[in-house]
Amino acid sequence: MEVIVENITKTYGFQKAVDNISFKVNQGEIVGFLGPNGAGKTTTMKIITCYMRPNEGDVRIGGVSVLENPEEVKKHIGYLPEANPLYKEMPVIDYLHFVAEIQGVPSGKIRERILEMIKICGLKQERYKKINELSKGYQQRVGLAQALIHDPEVLILDEPTSGLDPNQIVEIRELIRRIGREKTVILCSHILAEVEATCDRILIISKGQLVADGTANTLRKQAQDKEIVKVTIEDGERNEIYRSLQALDAVELVDLLPANTQSYEVQSKPGISSRKAIFRLCADKGWTLTEMTPIERKLEEVFRELTITN
Amino acid sequence: MNKIWIITKRELRSFFDSLMAYVMIVLFLGFSGFFTWLFGNDIFLVNQASLQSFFGISFWTLFFFIPAVTMGLLADERKSGTLELLVTKPVSDWQIIAGKFFAAFFLICITLALTLPYYITVASIGKVDHGAVWMGYFGLLFMSASYISIGLFASSITSNQIVAFLIALFIGIFFHLIFGLAGSSGGWVAGILGYLSLSNHYESMARGVVDSKDILYFLSIIFTGLIGTELALSRRNISN
Repeated sequence: MEVIVENITKTYGFQKAVDNISFKVNQGEIVGFLGPNGAGKTTTMKIITCYMRPNEGDVRIGGVSVLENPEEVKKHIGYLPEANPLYKEMPVIDYLHFVAEIQGVPSGKIRERILEMIKICGLKQERYKKINELSKGYQQRVGLAQALIHDPEVLILDEPTSGLDPNQIVEIRELIRRIGREKTVILCSHILAEVEATCDRILIISKGQLVADGTANTLRKQAQDKEIVKVTIEDGERNEIYRSLQALDAVELVDLLPANTQSYEVQSKPGISSRKAIFRLCADKGWTLTEMTPIERKLEEVFRELTITN
Repeated sequence: MNKIWIITKRELRSFFDSLMAYVMIVLFLGFSGFFTWLFGNDIFLVNQASLQSFFGISFWTLFFFIPAVTMGLLADERKSGTLELLVTKPVSDWQIIAGKFFAAFFLICITLALTLPYYITVASIGKVDHGAVWMGYFGLLFMSASYISIGLFASSITSNQIVAFLIALFIGIFFHLIFGLAGSSGGWVAGILGYLSLSNHYESMARGVVDSKDILYFLSIIFTGLIGTELALSRRNISN
């Protein structure tokens, strides 16, 4: 079931929380939704899950509009909200029973689904405890169990691994990836490493607008159309090397790295590589080129650049 | 309908799990029993086989107890964020409201059912006007439903239970007392206010008179409250 977001806008007072966002998530795809606090991530999730209506635009899930038939849309969505709200005074098993009933799981299958969720989410020891007696990590598992109980076609997870220990994080990520093979998953997170590890595609939102859409690699390339290489050149006079590098046609900027080394950071002009030219220069002058490493930008930097400059 | 019942069931369970229901039942039976049988204008003083004194005291006890029952229904869900969870399940706002309304209403029904031994006792010691007793119970149920509806509305506009309780009492006191007092003077304004007074309608029912005007009155309060609740819930669609 695919999720199509069409030009949605949501205004709180005079402030546009979400400003004309459109994107599409295909079945069998895990999409990471990134953005700084207050960028409109959660608002977008709330609109997709039919918690509130957009001022403009529409969301279609499996072809059904959230404006026209929210009840039908909601049947196919599993949602783990940001703060993981739960009926804390209920025992785990009763809570899952309630959610299964209200999600319309046929009464004959409810028991089976609850047992499966307890197994998948590792809640066996805790199933009779009241939810407020559980640790944060276990509460998070209950939240995940309630989102998955009706085997939804579309899964929307807001910070799914918060409060989990590293082993649980690995398990939950594997679970999400397994689900993502057949289902549609949208995952909101602040943890870039998590999004990179789990998601097929990344959407970055800033100030209510979509600023990037692509795989982690394409995003890096997109943000970095200028090649940067770190070169170490020995057997030469430092200032001369600096001037010669700067004089190359393809080079835009040369940075001297701290004085005790012989390393330079060379930034090329947009779209061209300066690596060959640097090598020839060294060969001509008789300098020894001992290192030439392309500097790969981290996703964190891409994220910062996209969300701050916009 | 099924969805409404699922929500009602959960609310009722949480009333009983949180001791709310037991406290409510024990206090209500304690108050009404004390004033019906032992103290003040009790049955032995009046020396008539009627439950008038019971209906009189229940009229006031329920007025205070119902806001306590309804105050958490939506305010607490708003505060803990579970409202978002509930709204994003395949249920409509109306089903949520109806589910919660019936949960509170059933709790009152259970409480009132526990006073049926009073009726049986009175019936065994004298000649009781059965019609009047049943109408009295219906009157209490209609009144309770009206206050539940007002309480639910109060609970929907805030995330603080105490505020919800006070708002419910504040709105309630107009229908319970103030309109009645204002209506007793002359003039057409007083006439309208007198008509709005819940106690006037309740008293005519408790005397055993069935009038469609009274029933229509209670139903309009109930629906106005529920529509107000729905508007407060759907406010999230307009702004925050």
